[in-house]
Amino acid sequence: MTPELGYAATVAALVLAVYGAGAAAWSAVKGRADLQASSERAAVGVWLLITACMLLLVYAFLTFDFSVSYVASNTNRGTPFYYRITALWGALEGSIILWAWMLALYTLIVVARYRRTQPQLYPWVLAVMLGVSSFFLLVMTIPAPPFERLSPIPPDGRGLNPLLEDSGMITHPVALYLGFTGFSVPFAFAMAALIIGRTGDEWITITRRWTIVAWYFLSLGLLIGGWWSYHVLGWGGYWAWDPVENAAFMPWLTATAFLHSVMIQERRRMLKLWNLTLIILTFSLTLFGTFLTRSGIIGSVHAFSQGSVGQFFLAFLALVVLGAFSLLAWRLDRLRGQGELDSIVSRESAFLLNNLFLVAATFTVFFGTVFPLLSEAVKGTKVSVGAPFFNLVNIPIFLALLFLMGVGPLIAWRRASAENLRRNFLKPVAAGLVAAAVFRLLGVGNALVLLCLALVVFVAGTIALDFYRACRARRRTGEGWAEASWGLLLRQNRRYGGFVVHLGVLVIALGVAGSQAWSTQTEATLNRGDAVELAGYTIRFVGLEPSEESNHFKVTGTFAVTDHRGPVTVLTPAKKFYPQEQTPIAAVDYRLGFWEDLYLVLGDFARDGSHATIKIQVNRMVSWLWIGGLVLTLGAALAIAPEGRPARRPQRHEVPA
Amino acid sequence: MSRRTKFLAGGLVIVAALAYLVYAGVSQSVVYFVTPSELGAAPVAGKAYRLGGMVQPGSLRWDPRSLDLRFTLSDGQATVPVRHRGTPPDLFAESRGAVVEGTWSRDGYFQATTILAKHSEEYKAPHDASQAGYKELLKTLRGSEGKP
Repeated sequence: MTPELGYAATVAALVLAVYGAGAAAWSAVKGRADLQASSERAAVGVWLLITACMLLLVYAFLTFDFSVSYVASNTNRGTPFYYRITALWGALEGSIILWAWMLALYTLIVVARYRRTQPQLYPWVLAVMLGVSSFFLLVMTIPAPPFERLSPIPPDGRGLNPLLEDSGMITHPVALYLGFTGFSVPFAFAMAALIIGRTGDEWITITRRWTIVAWYFLSLGLLIGGWWSYHVLGWGGYWAWDPVENAAFMPWLTATAFLHSVMIQERRRMLKLWNLTLIILTFSLTLFGTFLTRSGIIGSVHAFSQGSVGQFFLAFLALVVLGAFSLLAWRLDRLRGQGELDSIVSRESAFLLNNLFLVAATFTVFFGTVFPLLSEAVKGTKVSVGAPFFNLVNIPIFLALLFLMGVGPLIAWRRASAENLRRNFLKPVAAGLVAAAVFRLLGVGNALVLLCLALVVFVAGTIALDFYRACRARRRTGEGWAEASWGLLLRQNRRYGGFVVHLGVLVIALGVAGSQAWSTQTEATLNRGDAVELAGYTIRFVGLEPSEESNHFKVTGTFAVTDHRGPVTVLTPAKKFYPQEQTPIAAVDYRLGFWEDLYLVLGDFARDGSHATIKIQVNRMVSWLWIGGLVLTLGAALAIAPEGRPARRPQRHEVPA
Repeated sequence: MSRRTKFLAGGLVIVAALAYLVYAGVSQSVVYFVTPSELGAAPVAGKAYRLGGMVQPGSLRWDPRSLDLRFTLSDGQATVPVRHRGTPPDLFAESRGAVVEGTWSRDGYFQATTILAKHSEEYKAPHDASQAGYKELLKTLRGSEGKP
């Protein structure tokens, strides 16, 4: 029964979404309020129906309804309770439902917020949002139906991919998709503004805030993805330049570019055309990413080999790109900027350079990702460029971006005077140089790492200097230091939220540099009782222990770790044998630390437990990525909050300052 | 020079530098994907390859003491002996697909630095050893970019 109900709900939602999109557009053309109200009801209906689809699928998972093909493919009777719910988005069909559901949710928020405040833009925004929803519902109806019936009904399912049985899988796809779908709101506003020809500036403010929201979730999704890769895949890394990672990273880059260049538009009325282009690019890249990873044309950890879904996405992508850029061309004469660049040494040009580098990074990532396809099409040889290419090309670009991160926020608008430069940059530059010298003396030999450290200190210096000055200014009004800092963060939350994001990026940059430069690893086969040493740790093989879990069989190795001070910890990396897999899956064990993580992967072992092969990594400063990520998301949250909130008078802090 | 020209010139210099960076990146890190037959036909010692095939049944030798891993990759027509130092990765087994990265050694074997067993979210890697199986396998492997 469930498959039929689900399918009916999907088709009904599709029909409603198509109707709603048409009605909203027609109401805008004819100015008919009744049609607009009707399209709003359709939007609510779409959301309700997709919610019903999700609940039905969750119900099917919880009751082991193997008559639903998707349930049978992604769960079995041993799958633990939580993962039976998250299995919902464990594969293609379910992730499309999640995607459509979030899109419908965003549409409802748009209805609630802008129905009254943006009467002219709003019907078109609604039409575009429902149009995009229609596409996803179409995908759910034809190429990737989540409710496909399986006959005969198997006694048990195939089980969830063991790599997905992890808490990261609960949050990673949700955050990522909230980010991806979130970019449809700025896109819808951009399209609406182009259609009605009001390319004025109030919609750009709305768009900016929505872009930060989507950017926030996408950042979170990327970070959790990195964490999942690090602690589940057992190769000790957090980023592999895998096509699917690149697919999520590209819209992040263009959205970052937009968040910066939009400030120039707000301030100087420049770059309207460029900003619209970035919005369209960002949205298109979310679709392109899905096409890339879901069409199976490029293999990846996440690739599903599903044929026609790719064609649907490609067709929709073509429609979006063609449609959007045609609108842009049509309105070209209204998009001329009013301001002009005055000097190369100015904030405008720092931001322009920032945009140039971010877009260049996007391009190189794009190029490297599709390179195998290009080469095969052009030369007929199958070649690829792996992580070395991406690292080689992107490291200089990101170092340049780091430098601009220090320059941009403090340099003067229009034309920076020598006095402005001296006042804002003399001390931070000096601090950066001193830091480079000190780290060189401390024995840091790698030139790139030194450069990164110097730039981080320089940027941190500019942030500290600016914050210090602003606090000092507030103190003149009689506030204490703590009060002044809080006041700044809360009242000028947009500017200082941005600074907090920058601080997070600095910490992440240190984590990347440190982990690439200073991590070390070894591999050894140990007899029971034997030990191996790495980076001051002694790792002793204590024994092997088999056990039976709800849906797999597990062999756990016990390793006692000591250093020169005595026992440190006991780590228990394991191998899991799932009946549905031919080969075991490693479950890593680790001890995370601020400066270094000890990371153990159990390799091969003797059946009698007499010896085992173990891979040991000491990964330095990887934790900085997660800490930096936390700071970054906090900063983004701060920047999203409504601006200029009246500062709550902070309670006197008992904590010593 | 007008201000506009200066900006354009500056922008062009940066774009040219970036283009060179990409060009250099590609020429330094391009890896050719070959099958055992293709590699067997014209092996170039020292060149970076990505070799894909099926681990031939009965060819897998793994010495945990020396961490020496040896196996033969096959595409149904030709075979290539492969050596690697390290534990066989997850998902790596006889009669399954694998992609190895490394170089051809003058001594007549492929020295692998990385082994990528075929990861796929739904694990549909074909495991029958028939000719059709090989074809399907190579198709999936050629697009393979699994994690190390």
